[in-house]
Amino acid sequence: MFILVLVLVLGACSNEQPKFTGIDLTGSKTDLQFTLTDVDGKDRTLADFRGSYVMVFYGFTQCPDVCPTTLARAVEVKKKLGSDGQKLKVVFISVDPERDTAELVRNYLQAFDREFIGLRGTPEQTQIAAKALHVFYEKVPSGSSYSINHTAITYILDAQGNLRLGMRNEQGADDYVADLRTLMKQSS
Amino acid sequence: MKSFLIILFSLLIHAGAAFAQVQVSEPWIRATVPAQKTSGAYMQINAAKEARLVSVSTPVAGISEIHEMAMVNNVMKMGAIKGLDLPAGRAVELKPGGYHVMLLNLKRQLKEGETVPLTLVVEGPDKKRQSIEIKAVVRPIQATGATDAPAMHEMKH
Repeated sequence: MFILVLVLVLGACSNEQPKFTGIDLTGSKTDLQFTLTDVDGKDRTLADFRGSYVMVFYGFTQCPDVCPTTLARAVEVKKKLGSDGQKLKVVFISVDPERDTAELVRNYLQAFDREFIGLRGTPEQTQIAAKALHVFYEKVPSGSSYSINHTAITYILDAQGNLRLGMRNEQGADDYVADLRTLMKQSS
Repeated sequence: MKSFLIILFSLLIHAGAAFAQVQVSEPWIRATVPAQKTSGAYMQINAAKEARLVSVSTPVAGISEIHEMAMVNNVMKMGAIKGLDLPAGRAVELKPGGYHVMLLNLKRQLKEGETVPLTLVVEGPDKKRQSIEIKAVVRPIQATGATDAPAMHEMKH
């Protein structure tokens, strides 16, 4: 067992392995087969976006802070990637389908980038979608209303639809761009 | 009636002078899209003497709360706090990713470029309260902080 661990550690340190700034989730056992609905009412799965690199983020439009920051960063990442930005799809999954109507999600995302994709579902579908990427979310009362605590990681999938990276909220656009470029180089 | 108004007016002037000890700079609010009922207000508060921000209100929101935000194991946690301590002579920053004023039950869409009045209530160690009226500018929904105004951004590069 000890030797196995040692081999794994050494393996991770070898030059063969690409270095990422985010959390390397390559090979994680995840089932990304969930279905949600886009803002036009069409059923969508993450497999629909194969051929593109995908940045997935879970949030809600009534969130004043992390969600707009994350989306603003996605705008920046896409811009910094230059022409490679076209290979990127940004997907926002609502953890608040009760309040996030399709129209609201559409308006919200379009304020950032008209190509960003918004997905939502029934509460059950949302739970399945969150579980797929081990995303935690919970309602917390806030005044007369509620807020939602949620995982603030942006997940990156490669063009084959495999989960590859988890980017932390405190990481800047340059980290995202560097890791996306590393992924793009690997497959070219 | 006239004398009453004069007294009221002089009281207001007096209050203004007393509260000049608290300076609010760069107040801004994030723009919203139609049907969005919440937003956040951000600013820097500098109190010359120890004080505490106890409430904020604005006519555009049904409810305004002082919130803190924390990342715990990559989970964003947000919640109301009863007040925010303003240590003497040290700027307290309300910014994305940290403390903010949460505006709930917005009565209308907040559009980039408009200004919105906010009333801050600050309490001194003697429990005396003062109101500070400020005007916050509405910044684009993509704004990430007080220093990311387009002009400043261009200068950095």
